[in-house]
Parts: sequence; structure tokens; C-alpha cells
Amino acid sequence: MAEPRARLAELLRWLLLGLLGLMFLMPYIWMVSASLKPLDEIFRASLNLIPENGGTLSNYTKVLSEVPVAHYLWNGLIVCAGILFFQILFAVPAGYAIAKLNFPGRDWVFGAVMLGLLVPYHVPALPLYVGFSALGLLNTYTALILPSVISVFAIFLFRQFFKSLPDELIHAARLDGMGEMAIVWRVILPNALPAATAFAIFSVVAHWNDLFWPLIVVSGPTHATPALGVLYFRTEEAGDDFGALMAASVIMTTPLVLAFLLAQRRFVEGIATTGLKG
Amino acid sequence: MSETLTGPLRRQRRPVGEALAGIMLTLPAAISYFLLLLLPTLAAIMLAFTDYELGAPAIGWIGGENFVELLDDLGFRQSLRNTMVYTAIVVPFSIIGALALALMIEALTRGKALFRAVFFLPVVSLPVAMATAWQYLLHPTIGPLNALLREIGVNGPAWLTSSDTVLVSLAVIGIWEAIGFNLVLFLAGLTAIPRELRQAAEVDGVASAWERFRLITWPLLGPTTLFVVTITMIRAVRTFDSVAVLTQGGPNRASEVLLYTMYTEGFTYFRLGYSAAITLIFLLIVLALMLLQTRILDRRVHYG
Repeated sequence: MAEPRARLAELLRWLLLGLLGLMFLMPYIWMVSASLKPLDEIFRASLNLIPENGGTLSNYTKVLSEVPVAHYLWNGLIVCAGILFFQILFAVPAGYAIAKLNFPGRDWVFGAVMLGLLVPYHVPALPLYVGFSALGLLNTYTALILPSVISVFAIFLFRQFFKSLPDELIHAARLDGMGEMAIVWRVILPNALPAATAFAIFSVVAHWNDLFWPLIVVSGPTHATPALGVLYFRTEEAGDDFGALMAASVIMTTPLVLAFLLAQRRFVEGIATTGLKG
Repeated sequence: MSETLTGPLRRQRRPVGEALAGIMLTLPAAISYFLLLLLPTLAAIMLAFTDYELGAPAIGWIGGENFVELLDDLGFRQSLRNTMVYTAIVVPFSIIGALALALMIEALTRGKALFRAVFFLPVVSLPVAMATAWQYLLHPTIGPLNALLREIGVNGPAWLTSSDTVLVSLAVIGIWEAIGFNLVLFLAGLTAIPRELRQAAEVDGVASAWERFRLITWPLLGPTTLFVVTITMIRAVRTFDSVAVLTQGGPNRASEVLLYTMYTEGFTYFRLGYSAAITLIFLLIVLALMLLQTRILDRRVHYG
């Protein structure tokens, strides 16, 4: 008897979620739709999602000819990869040392990590800007990457994860004559891949999407990240040309969304584990 | 057990080798922490008590004058009030919405991953680009929303350019951005609750789904909910992107928020001391929210 009732409940949930999901996707749907319409059709403000006459790709060709899209995406890639590389390089050994080694000042270091977790990255931004400005480092990859190379959150996350790794693993490696450096990169990191992946996704999503810091240290397209690229296109060239604006938005949003669709489970788990601990 | 196994080994290596290794391994992190986090944070706090302006020849210690000026600064008070209103809208809607969605998705037999992905999409979408999409959607004349409203004979407002609606419109975008993130956290919390508990309750005669939620799911979800509330509040307080892209705090300061005011004072007018004072207030608000969370957590009964 419960079977048909359960099925009805499932059907109702599907309908409701489907309706809400469709509403949720409206910005995407209209963005793509407008990106395929010529300007005069957009200005007629019709409620047709499908463009008349099969649509046009002129908005995309306009964006691709006026905006150095590939260059912005490349900048985003360099910045995210650079940040992640140094975050891992600094945080994994530190996390390992705090979790598994006895050394003077360890509790003090861990205390500093916990203190650092309390400070949003906007707080040190002003003095960092003054410092970079004095060193002539504004408008460089260094300025975009350097402030984020230290992630106390990464140290904390790795420390928690490494604590649960068995000591025997490390002792066995030591018996094999491995030094501590080799242990960190050849024993600990391979065993910590779930934590490292989760953190990598968290870090890339955060820095790919960030606007605040790039807006402060970068002016002009040479070192602009995708977020800045869209902002420049809005203010300088497009104005009210919503078709081109939407095309630019589609192009810049696609890479990360595509990565997410290809590795959904990892993304969701990555954000959930890092979210719950941060 | 590991102690007995590794005791002799430990004695061999400790203390000098291990201590040295520990220090060497933490050194790169410690140096960058000091230079890139600790020092600039302390500098920002100091700066808040000075009249420093970029390019000014001298820097003067003025004590709490910046804060006195902030109290009298109508723009800042407006900004603080806007931030609170924005937070007060985004937090309940994005949390209750996410919880409701999580409960529905969790109960599905098929399609969990699909719906999770749909609602999660904004989290991985470039906020600047999506803000632009919202601008089109909410455009007073050519936007689809007002076109739809015209169909039913309603003259929609200028959502993002009228001071009456701008904050609410930004809050809607904020809710849209926050729901997916909160949903994923709630789903993780729900998976941690053993299914048998709810089934046992059903057997024990807790018949209605609402009662089962109230008696079992909600209390067990307590720590997750508390965490989601705190993190949503902090994220709402530090909202910046949509304001910077869509409204620049306007019209007439109606959408000025804390971080955007800090940004314009510091990086447009280069009044670094004044901007640092706003940063310090921002930091204190974030710290207060975190403290509140720990306080409540400490007082909680621990389940399980």
C-alpha cells in the first residue's frame, strides 16, 4: 500500500524541484538566449527564448575580436595555478610538522594558524597594496599571486587530515632511510590526496572568481583575470550592448562550469568538506 | 599500541633531528605568514589610528579620531545599515531555502545528483559575469522580468537603479548565490544522520514527516545549522562583487555596503587611515560572529 504513496511523493518532489530548478537557472537561460540574439531583437524585449531566424553568432564574434578572451583566461590560469602551487608547497610540510613532529614552538605555530583563520583576506589588503605599490609590483602576476600563497586554512585542513594518518606509515618510511622532506612529498601527500583535491577545488574556485584583490592591484588588460576582463568589457566597450555582454559572460563563465560538470562529485565534496571546516 | 611499537625508534631520532625537521618544514609557511598576513594585519590595525593618505608626505597618529568621524559620517552609517539589512534578508532566506531543498533532494530515490548540480551551479559561476546576466534579467525596459510583468499588466520597477528596490534586488542575487553553497553543507549534514533513526521513529509511531523532522532531523542537524548560519552571515557581511559590478553603491548610497565603502575610501580616495578604520570595524563584526558561534557551540548538548 505504501508503494504508490511513495511514488506519488517522489513525483511531487520532482515536479516541485524541477520548477524551482528552472527558476534558478533563469539567469543562465536568458544569458545564453540574449547572447544569440541581434541587438534590435533584445531591445524589443520579447519573451521568446528562442531567437528569431535561428539566432546569430555575431555577439560572440564581436567579443572574440574586441576582447583578448584567451589572454584573460590564461591570466586566470596562471594566477590560480601559481597560488595553488605555493599554497601546497608551504602548507603540506607545515601541516605535517604540526600534526606529526615534536618541535619547539609547535603549539605556538598552531595557535598562529588558528588566529590567522579569524582574519578575512580583506583586512591585510590595504598595507599589502601600499607595500606592493612601494616595491613597484602593481600590475604584475606577483601582486596577484603573492598575498594568497600562505593559506592558514590549508595548513589547518592538512593538519587535521595528517593527524588521522597512522604513525606506522611514517616510521616505516624512516626505517627505509627516507628524510623528512621525502616523507612529506612521497609518503604523506599521496596518502592525503582526498584532502589535497578538496582544497585545490576550494582554492581554484575562490581565486578564479575573486574580484576584490585583482581590482585593487591590477589596472589594464595585461594582467587582468577573467573577472576583471568582464568588468572592463562592461565599462569600456559594451555599454548597453547586452548581446555582446551576455556573450562575454557566457564565454568567461564556461570554463569553471565545464570543469564542475565534468567532476561534479569532487566539486561538491570539495566545497562541502572545506566549507564545513572553514 | 603504536607507542610500544615505535618507542625505541623514537628514542633514536629524537630530539634533535625531529626538532630540526619540524622547524625546517614550518619555516617557509612561518615566514610567508609573518610577511603576508601577520605584519599587514597589524599594520592595518595601526593604520586605523592614523591620518595616512597615499602620497601624503607625513603620517600622523590621531588616536580614535577616524572612528569619531565614522560615527558622524552619514555615508558610513548608511553603509553599515545597508549591510545589516542585506544580511538580514540573505541569511534567513538562503538558509531556510537551502534546508528545504536539501530535505527534498535527500528524500529522492533518483535525480539527487542532477538537482544538487542545478542549485550548486551559481557557486562555480564567475560572479562578475552572473551579475551582468542579472542586470539584463532585471533591466527596467528590456529585461525579461519586467517584460513578463508587463504581460500581466504590472509596471515593474527599475530594480537595480531605484533606491527603493536596489538593496532587495541585490539581496535576491545574494540568496541565489548562497543557496547552493548552503545546500551542499546541509546535504553533508543530512547524510551523517543514520537513516535507521528516522525509520525507527516511523515504527515507533512518529507518523508525520513533519514530526520526524522536528524530533529527529532538526536536533541532529543543529551543529550544521549553526555553522551554516555563521558562515552565511560572514559571507553576507563581506559582500562586494555584485555592488562593485552593478551599482557602485548607488543610487544615492542606497546600496553602499561595508566592504565597498572601505574599497572606495581606500583605493579611490586613497584615505588609507580612514579606510583602515572601516576595515577594523569589519574585522570586529566578523570576529563577533565567530565568537557567537563558539559560545553557542560550547553551551550545546552534544548528541551522539
